[in-house]
Amino acid sequence: MNKTVNQKAWFLILPVLVLVAFSAVIPLMTVVNYSVQDTFGNNQFFWAGIDWFREMMASERMWDALGRQIAFSAIILAIEIPLGIFVALNMPKKGFWASFCLVLMSLPLLIPWNVVGTIWQIFGRVDIGLLGYTLDAMGIDYNYTQNFYAAWITVIVMDVWHWTSLVALLAYAGLQSIPDAYYQAAKIDQASRWAVFRFIELPKITGVLMIAILLRFMDSFMIYTEPFVVTGGGPGNSTTFLSIDLVKMALGQFDLGPAAAFSIMYYLVILLISYVFYTVMTNLDKRDGH
Amino acid sequence: MALVLEGVSKVVNGQTHIHPTDLELRSGTMNVLLGPTLAGKTSLMRLMAGLDVPNTGKVFWDGKDVTGMRVQDRGVAMVYQQFINYPSMTVYENIASPMRLLGKTAAEIDAAVKKAADLMKLSEMLDRKPLELSGGQQQRCALARALVKDAGLVLLDEPLANLDYKLREELRAEIPKIFEEAGSIFVYATTEPEEALLLGGNTATMWEGRITQFDKTPIVYRQPVDATTARVFSDPPMNFLNIRKSGDTLHFGDGQSAGSAGFAALPDGEYVAGFRPNHLELENRGNATLEFTGTLQVKEITGSETFVHLDHHGENWVGLIHGVKDLEIGVALKVFLDPRHVYIFAQDGTSVAPAAYATETQTATATEGLTHG
Amino acid sequence: MAKITLDNLAHSYLPNPKGEQDYALKELNHDWVDGEAYALLGSSGCGKSTLLNIISGLLHPSQGRILFDDKDVTHAPTTERNIAQVFQFPVVYDTMTVRDNLAFPLRNRGADAAYVRDRVQQIAQMIGMEEMLNRKARGLTADAKQKISLGRGMVREDVNALLFDEPLTVIDPHMKWELRTQLKSLHHEFGHTMIYVTHDQTEALTFADKVVVMYDGRVVQMGTPQELFERPEHTFVGYFIGSPGMNVLDATVSGDKAVLNGTEIALGQGFGAVSGKVELGVRPEFTTLTSGDTGLPVTVKRVEDVGRHKIVRADFNGTEINVIAEEGSSISPDANRIVFDPAGINIYADSWRVAPAGEK
Repeated sequence: MNKTVNQKAWFLILPVLVLVAFSAVIPLMTVVNYSVQDTFGNNQFFWAGIDWFREMMASERMWDALGRQIAFSAIILAIEIPLGIFVALNMPKKGFWASFCLVLMSLPLLIPWNVVGTIWQIFGRVDIGLLGYTLDAMGIDYNYTQNFYAAWITVIVMDVWHWTSLVALLAYAGLQSIPDAYYQAAKIDQASRWAVFRFIELPKITGVLMIAILLRFMDSFMIYTEPFVVTGGGPGNSTTFLSIDLVKMALGQFDLGPAAAFSIMYYLVILLISYVFYTVMTNLDKRDGH
Repeated sequence: MALVLEGVSKVVNGQTHIHPTDLELRSGTMNVLLGPTLAGKTSLMRLMAGLDVPNTGKVFWDGKDVTGMRVQDRGVAMVYQQFINYPSMTVYENIASPMRLLGKTAAEIDAAVKKAADLMKLSEMLDRKPLELSGGQQQRCALARALVKDAGLVLLDEPLANLDYKLREELRAEIPKIFEEAGSIFVYATTEPEEALLLGGNTATMWEGRITQFDKTPIVYRQPVDATTARVFSDPPMNFLNIRKSGDTLHFGDGQSAGSAGFAALPDGEYVAGFRPNHLELENRGNATLEFTGTLQVKEITGSETFVHLDHHGENWVGLIHGVKDLEIGVALKVFLDPRHVYIFAQDGTSVAPAAYATETQTATATEGLTHG
Repeated sequence: MAKITLDNLAHSYLPNPKGEQDYALKELNHDWVDGEAYALLGSSGCGKSTLLNIISGLLHPSQGRILFDDKDVTHAPTTERNIAQVFQFPVVYDTMTVRDNLAFPLRNRGADAAYVRDRVQQIAQMIGMEEMLNRKARGLTADAKQKISLGRGMVREDVNALLFDEPLTVIDPHMKWELRTQLKSLHHEFGHTMIYVTHDQTEALTFADKVVVMYDGRVVQMGTPQELFERPEHTFVGYFIGSPGMNVLDATVSGDKAVLNGTEIALGQGFGAVSGKVELGVRPEFTTLTSGDTGLPVTVKRVEDVGRHKIVRADFNGTEINVIAEEGSSISPDANRIVFDPAGINIYADSWRVAPAGEK
């Protein structure tokens, strides 16, 4: 056996290993380090064991933020996935307008997070923003800095505006791969539009939809920049999502220990939910195969 | 030079794709892997090429163990069912590409490309891009590329499957002629018995990850070692019938019997008789002494021949009859069979006696001195 | 079931076709009889798929009309034509069970549940899938899926025609046999009008009552398999049908004699004046290899043993002549002549067949 020949391959991935170590593993270890110690500055550390974790588990503030976070992710998924599919279904299949729509759809995706936040921050302002001013002029009480509902609606609409395109583009790619014969067969069978969607299009795009849901879930669960720029987490704590809360804790209050414990738990929650979700979806997919 | 597989096997995710296999292929031979989809043809080719490493066993090239060697380091060329060419290069550059990688001089490349293009009838199209060519020409381009590489081992994985029937027929006739001269080992996978016969050379019949027989193509066709090989190598499928031998007589169920001169050594008992559709006749022209009656279910006329599909005591039989016959469907039909055309298999499927005619034909072919190779 | 009439039909993919060469499908006038099985046979690009798409309503012809039972459907959408189609790659609804797949076209038309149940059972029995009715269609083999598509096509009793677009492409040779035979017996039993598109001569010939051979957008011959074999109207039909195809040799013809490169052979029938490029066509099945002084002088190049017969490739003055010899026959090393069976000889002028004097 010439197995030794293959050992060379390890050298090729060494640079990546080093890079990942510096960019992910070492910082993560630092966080782990903070989470089990207490510090009063001056580089003095005291062993704290799992106290910070215990404290965070009992913290009402964290549970509230987690609740808000889950609600937010659930709402934007419930809107973006069906809306994205709907948009994809209605996009032209070929020709000039197909490319035009693709470019148009990609535009929001190209805008940096903080710019998106700034756009909506100004857009929604009652004094100078087009949206805020119009709504106010129509007699609707809209003020995202003071009104709980206005703040949530703004953050959700902003996210939907920013990210539905991603879902739509993925779904569109899935739809494009369906051979024409399927649509012909459906016509011959006199299938309704709904049946075509339910039995041809949906099964064929399940794979990409899974990726879309996973991406959107992880991304929305870690959302920080946009709500921070628009509402700053307010009014009150009404749009303080997990990451905003985390930053407040770590940099605002300099509670490094609890913040570190918090981030580890945060990380594990995302990992867990993504894993469960992925497993369930792939099993659903496999269940009736073979 | 030779490629030798020694006890090579492949298991993927607990599923056995290739059972331990021994095979020796010699240079300058055309070797056909014949079997249905998923029989393991492609898996075996990947092991030969070095694209996969076998779980057990060794691969020798020219007596040297190359089991773990990468495909890049072996002299292997491969042609697939899909027409794979570099779309942005001209036909000339496509054909030249493997030689450029080998660092040949411009003059050498030019001469080889021109020669290959000439053989593949692509000389007029050297300046065009592959996508401007017809399917047949695209595949010829891929074949030409495999040819100029001057590889010791050329693997062709159902290269003609995506082509029109008539084009397939033409290329099939050309391929052996072209590759005969090249002197490499050719391995050609196909699902069609007819293709194996037309290509000649040697045939390995494959079934569920095993090579059931490997020998000269006409021998595998006429003297299959078991019923599985016979089934794989018959299109339309071989007909089977349970028979019984007692004393020196074979009993075919409905009172038909034949002397068992050739099978004297067989112990008495139950056997399975097999015979090919083209050996069934509608009238007894002398030797077809076995007479069967079945219900005609379907007839198909090819223009010069008639396929009859019979229900014989619940078994489906196919007969291929010379000439166009006007037969009524749903009615009992008498068919005749020469006992010399009957293969006898044991209950477990192993051949206990090949059809008498087969051994005779083989001798006749061998003495002709014009065998196709 | 319906009779299909192609009236003056032609199609071009260009918006303003100038001449004949711009037409993918050249002018056609045909009546296709109710209940017959037709095969459209030709190589890729010959227009057979264009014709099929016009019949199924996917394509509207640039000229002419198409009628089902004398009713003009030229511009009717697919849904209104009441046709069924089996495609090259199996089209099944993966997430449905086999039963739901079969019931789908009936349920969409609002059929009564009891009727659907009985009919599905009946169709499942016909295609031999009764045991699989409750399985999901996903994960079934290609031939099982293709059977479902076929079943879905047959489930409606009122279909005007069943269309097949190279349905056996992805099927293994052994299963091809089974499916084709099944199709044939279903046709025999139910008498649907069937149209089968293929490039495979064996499939076309064995399946169809009438084979429509297409070449370069034109129907070159429509006839029974026997007619196509014995009397090819065009040298293309001779070449395309048969394996190997017909031998076509340059000749001069006068009366009942032909001269091929100096050798005179008897034709068995008299011909009037034949003008243009004259060729003699004879299928390998009607030729015999001999030795001696009669027949065409040839050199045997190679003998191919293809199982049930042998193909002898011989060279006649630079042209290849194929001879089919019996499985058991031995080819003598001094074979140097080929003789033709006069019954198998056809004479062509400018590629089209010339009828001998006295033929109807």
